[in-house]
Amino acid sequence: MCASVKYGSRGPALIPRMKTKYRIYYITLFSVVLLGLIATGIYYITLFSVVLLGLIATGMFQFWPHSIESSAEWSLDRRSVHDAPLVRIPMSSPIPERGDLSCRMHTCFDVYRCGYNPKNKIKVYIYPLQRFVDEVGVPISSTGLSREYNDLLSAISDSDFYTDDVSRACLFIPSIDVLNQNSLRIRETAQALAMLPRWDKGMNHLLFNMLPGGPPDYNTALDVPRDRALLAGGGFSTWTYRQGYDVSIPVYSPLSVEVDLPERQPGPRRYFILSSQTAIHREYRVELERLKEENGEALLLLDKCSNLSQGLASVRKRCYKGQVYDYPQILQESSFCVVLRGARLGQATLSDVLQAGCVPVIMADSYILPFSEVLDWKRASVVIPEEKLPEMYTILKSIPHRQVEEMQRQARWFWEAYFSSMKAIGMTTLQIINDRIYPYAALTYEEWNNPPVVKWTSVNSPLFLPLIPPRSPGFTAVVLTYDRIESLFRVITEISKVPSLAKLLVVWNNQNKSPPEESLWPKVAVPLKVLRTKENKLSNRFFPFDEIETEAVLAIDDDIIMLTSDELQFGYEVWREFPDRLVGYPGRLHLWDHEMGKWKYESEWTNEVSMVLTGAAFYHKYFNYLYTYKMPGDIKNWVDAHMNCEDIAMNFLVANITGKAPIKVTPRKKFKCPECTAIDGLSLDQTHMVERSECINKFASVFATMPLKVVEHRADPVLYKDDFPEKLKSFPNIGSL
Amino acid sequence: MQARKKYVLLGLCMCCWLLLYYWGGLQERLLGLITHKRGEVARPWPSWLDRDLLPGYADQAELQNDGGSGDSPRQRRQSWAGIYKDSRCRMDTCFDFARCQGQSGFRVYIYPPEKGERVSESYHKILTSVVESRYYTSDPREACLFVLGIDTLDRDQLSTQFVPNVDERIRGYPLWNDGRNHVIFNLYSGTWPNYTEDLGFNVGQAILAKASLNTEHFRPGFDISIPLFSKEHPQKGGERGWLVRNTVPPRRKYLLMFKGKRYLTGIGSDTRNALHHIHNGKDIVSLTTCRHGKDWEKHKDTRCDHDNQEYERFDYQELLHNSTFCLVPRGRRLGSFRFLESLQAACIPVLLSNGWELPFSDVIQWNQAVIEGDERLLLQVPSTVRAVGIDRVLALRQRTQMLWEAYFSSVDKIVLTTLEIIKDRVYSHISRNKFMWNALPGGLLVLPEYSTHLAHYPFYYLNLGISPGQEFTAVIHATSPLVSQSQPIMKLLQVVSKSKYCSQIIILWNSEKPPPHRSKWPPMPVPLIITDGRRKGSIQTSSRFLPHAAIETEAVLSLDEDTVLLTSEIDFAFHVWRSFPERIVGYPPRSHFWDPVKKAWGYTSKWTNEYSIVLTGAAFYHRYYHHLFSHYLPSSLRALVDRTSNCEDILMNFLVSSVTNLPPIKVAQRKQYKEMPTLQGTKTAPWVNPEHFTQRQECVSTFASWFGYMPLVHSQFRLDPVLFKDHVSVLRKRYKDLERV
Repeated sequence: MCASVKYGSRGPALIPRMKTKYRIYYITLFSVVLLGLIATGIYYITLFSVVLLGLIATGMFQFWPHSIESSAEWSLDRRSVHDAPLVRIPMSSPIPERGDLSCRMHTCFDVYRCGYNPKNKIKVYIYPLQRFVDEVGVPISSTGLSREYNDLLSAISDSDFYTDDVSRACLFIPSIDVLNQNSLRIRETAQALAMLPRWDKGMNHLLFNMLPGGPPDYNTALDVPRDRALLAGGGFSTWTYRQGYDVSIPVYSPLSVEVDLPERQPGPRRYFILSSQTAIHREYRVELERLKEENGEALLLLDKCSNLSQGLASVRKRCYKGQVYDYPQILQESSFCVVLRGARLGQATLSDVLQAGCVPVIMADSYILPFSEVLDWKRASVVIPEEKLPEMYTILKSIPHRQVEEMQRQARWFWEAYFSSMKAIGMTTLQIINDRIYPYAALTYEEWNNPPVVKWTSVNSPLFLPLIPPRSPGFTAVVLTYDRIESLFRVITEISKVPSLAKLLVVWNNQNKSPPEESLWPKVAVPLKVLRTKENKLSNRFFPFDEIETEAVLAIDDDIIMLTSDELQFGYEVWREFPDRLVGYPGRLHLWDHEMGKWKYESEWTNEVSMVLTGAAFYHKYFNYLYTYKMPGDIKNWVDAHMNCEDIAMNFLVANITGKAPIKVTPRKKFKCPECTAIDGLSLDQTHMVERSECINKFASVFATMPLKVVEHRADPVLYKDDFPEKLKSFPNIGSL
Repeated sequence: MQARKKYVLLGLCMCCWLLLYYWGGLQERLLGLITHKRGEVARPWPSWLDRDLLPGYADQAELQNDGGSGDSPRQRRQSWAGIYKDSRCRMDTCFDFARCQGQSGFRVYIYPPEKGERVSESYHKILTSVVESRYYTSDPREACLFVLGIDTLDRDQLSTQFVPNVDERIRGYPLWNDGRNHVIFNLYSGTWPNYTEDLGFNVGQAILAKASLNTEHFRPGFDISIPLFSKEHPQKGGERGWLVRNTVPPRRKYLLMFKGKRYLTGIGSDTRNALHHIHNGKDIVSLTTCRHGKDWEKHKDTRCDHDNQEYERFDYQELLHNSTFCLVPRGRRLGSFRFLESLQAACIPVLLSNGWELPFSDVIQWNQAVIEGDERLLLQVPSTVRAVGIDRVLALRQRTQMLWEAYFSSVDKIVLTTLEIIKDRVYSHISRNKFMWNALPGGLLVLPEYSTHLAHYPFYYLNLGISPGQEFTAVIHATSPLVSQSQPIMKLLQVVSKSKYCSQIIILWNSEKPPPHRSKWPPMPVPLIITDGRRKGSIQTSSRFLPHAAIETEAVLSLDEDTVLLTSEIDFAFHVWRSFPERIVGYPPRSHFWDPVKKAWGYTSKWTNEYSIVLTGAAFYHRYYHHLFSHYLPSSLRALVDRTSNCEDILMNFLVSSVTNLPPIKVAQRKQYKEMPTLQGTKTAPWVNPEHFTQRQECVSTFASWFGYMPLVHSQFRLDPVLFKDHVSVLRKRYKDLERV
């Protein structure tokens, strides 16, 4: 087949040829020198060294030609599209069948080509460029390769999706440009498609088309027969769009590269509704004008400028009663912009409108909005049935102001992410197909639809389901200790009185000393296990040990002996109602120091709380996993190096991922063990406090935000301090020690 | 010697050369590999020298002026209706929107049952759901949507439930109109051996709400795929999901399981016959039995005996509870009971049902709750599910529960979701977006008539990264006439208006006397609005939760006229509410309990260690709950409240807890929020009346039966100011007044 004529013999095929050439040259040179030397009868040592030299030289030479080759490749790269090989289509060349409307991924797409792939990324192959002509030499397309299609293909070839290995490809993209059907000869284009070496009934082939159909009836999908090929089309109606198979794409507006419209703050604009399209059907225009009459200045109805000559100028100007406006700049002056269907459903205006951050009012019945499979257009546009055009004003007026602002922001974000360039359009299309083939790795609704500013501030808690876990599994107490055995034993004895305690884990952080013998430990009713660590690191206390079998973890220091059993049990009960939060006893606060211009740590008696110390706190075991494996930046190492602030880090982590404040339980008490002196107890040292302020600043910069939330409440038992018989209270012994 | 040396040397050289050659050859291949790899990263699509000279794909003028065609849009739209019918139906062409534009809005009519008509249990439940929904009408003239009285659920001709002659019968209905604006529910279509989508009668332009819909036959944006549910599926309420806690690591005993029939021949057998391949007896348990139907032994193959034996070794319920993933392969039809079963069991469904249009696929993002496998790639399923990380397992599992409880746990929810989806299409500019459908608490509890703006709802603040507003509106429910300036309401007005967060006060006048003139009220630093809550002069207790347009803030402070509170108590409660905007946050706690003797729910106002209700006589909540109370709850419950002038506060607690699945929040110490009635009082407060209390007991039971379950949840804590009653100087305390209560 003549289609197999390839200019593209770059790549591996080129190397052996070049190399042979160099090798012959080299052998000759080498042999001549060698023979000459032998003939002159120089000693064999010299000869040997020559041979060795030769060896080295050969080895080096082996590599040289390649650099020469790649530069040759580079020069090959810089070619004109007119150098692409010419392919003549025989008259009788087969024509593919028209697209099958019942095609779906599971019937018309060969998944075996995509295979199981740990990266969950499809491989896309692009056919090399060819210039197809019919038997008499007339090209199949009046434009040939367009700038936009070239940009699209080079973007794809630059992306992770690309492969140049046909045999590994899952998706094939022909280099035949079918973006605009008007410039195509339908029959010949179809024949050209069928001539592609891997066409195979169009299986796994993807075509991009933005302007489908032609006069007079303008079909809503590309008219080129294409067998089973997928179509990324820019004007589908619900009757031509094969849901879950085709991809609806925008009609790219070349204006977006010509005109730079800086993002405008969302808010009310000079006009409420703007209609900027020039080729609106008379019937619509009559209705729009009636609306204008009713609502006056709020509407701006623009049209072509009659006095301007045709050409570029007319494309960038709009007029109303002799007044001239710049297009698309004028779009930024309106809250809503009308996007009516023309002969085609897809309109390039939509792209301009979105770019201007104007909320599109789309009136095109049966139109499948661009990327509607993944984008939630209700958040960025208003879709009104054509019939309801007269009610447009009332409908739009009923939308709350704040929502209009959200929509303006959303519209602009959609443009930036999915409309702004051919690259954006191409990548989005491939990602959508990728999501279908690897649905378990698909992007989420939030990833597709939330603009960066929302992604940045919003939280999607990993424990989002409102659950109050049952009391019965109880909690696991994890006591971090170094060598304060006496105090540790007192803590263990105290905790063991708590009814819901399920297990005690002692994290023995002292590598130089062994834990006391088993017989010396206090006798407790629950399993007690000592875990010896390899290094004395604070983060050991937050390790997700397999031994923790309950959801709830009580982290407790070996010197916290002032908590009563009622207080601990109550803390557990509160945690059950807030399983996604830190529930702890001593509360702390972060403050903004205006003088210093940075965050400050506060442990005084304050009316507010933003952290609880993990010297005594309940939390979900999931956070251990997060702390150990998902802590951002170098925080974990930093904490271990400074032997401080592990609790602050935990508070940051939890607040950041849940967006919620911790819960402080029970009244305040002095958290200091009577025995320990000020020097011994870590948290009393003055420098220690300075360091903790530093921690907050450090963590805030790593998280790039201040996730901590300040609250003014703490949790107490319902009947706390109430005039009520103590023995009837569930938790009578609160705040006594 | 010389010559020998020469030969040796020459020989050596030759050897070296040969070595070199081979080495070189090897090099070449290695290099080939290297450059090959480089080829992937290099730019294979050339950057053309004449890139800038390439023509645009379309002329700008062409892009802007494509309107040329002369057809009248109106005519085109009219002609569509004639072209796009039956299998090409869309809302635009097969649905009469005009029927829904009337005064009554979205109304659903059910054809009256004919004499001797037998209706299956499931269909009966569907009809009941429609009748009890807020959209039901008995007048076909105001209906927007019609539901047949004929049972169309089982259209398998071999089934005993099959109703014959449907075609002739529906054609006789004057309202049928070729099925326009009708919705037809169906669970089983087609029959052995092919189980096609055929219903055995012409559905015409009716919307199909059908289980096991195939993507090819599905009319997008028109039909609705519903889940297959059994006849035991509860009418309302329904069982909760089985997930009670999020264990970490989230893996359960088994990774993947399936236990079910395998068809030896016929449609759907390929998939099920292959399932044994992934069974490993350890973490993947995939069991099939050949034993079903009468003549299975006729088709029996070599594996059957072994499989049947293995099948008996495992218990389905045990597997369901202890498996991380559950295979949901297609049966004869595309959908199977397993889908809902595993969804409820928080066993992440792994679908093997190519071409199945998933239930409510219009609105639900299924890839966040299930793993969509491919029948063709069965053998990849184990490695796929093994590769799912723990974060994703946790997320998927919680989402199964969210979807189960929001849309599937009862027939009521399935039917209501179907209706709401149609309603969203009919009033498309006042409809829910995908986010509302997929975030907690689910689309049924989001009424787009209230607002289409996410930030106007109490549940989405965190998802949007915003926090609730800084102001509240106080709504005071006034029931007694204004006689003196020393009345409790006067004091209350002073207290409330002193709060710096209060932006307006609304007095809801619900007394027998007409509301007094504005001049009778004291001057206020904030706007004071008097609203007449009475309807036709009679007291409407439920009107206290009407969605008064005057409420401008998100937070509502609901007060009784005789509530006693301090300004600082109000401020503190408001602060707490801003942390829990989706809950009721307030002072007077009450509790419900199960009375095993009476076998009924009880209500208590005694002081207890826990509470499940916070009375709305002194509580904050989001204004959206006013809307839900008035539009989501059935009029029968609101009528009960009006009739007895009681229980509206309990009902509000039921409502909010059913939305959040969480208890309300009691703040600070105050429990008594009213002055004890003095003996000389002219009119005793209604709550002193013992009958009032009995009524409340009954209310709890009535409400629980409407909800189908008991939504109230107990809590054991209250929230106090951080330094409440701490041993520290009062001067340090922001809410020192609270300690004097």
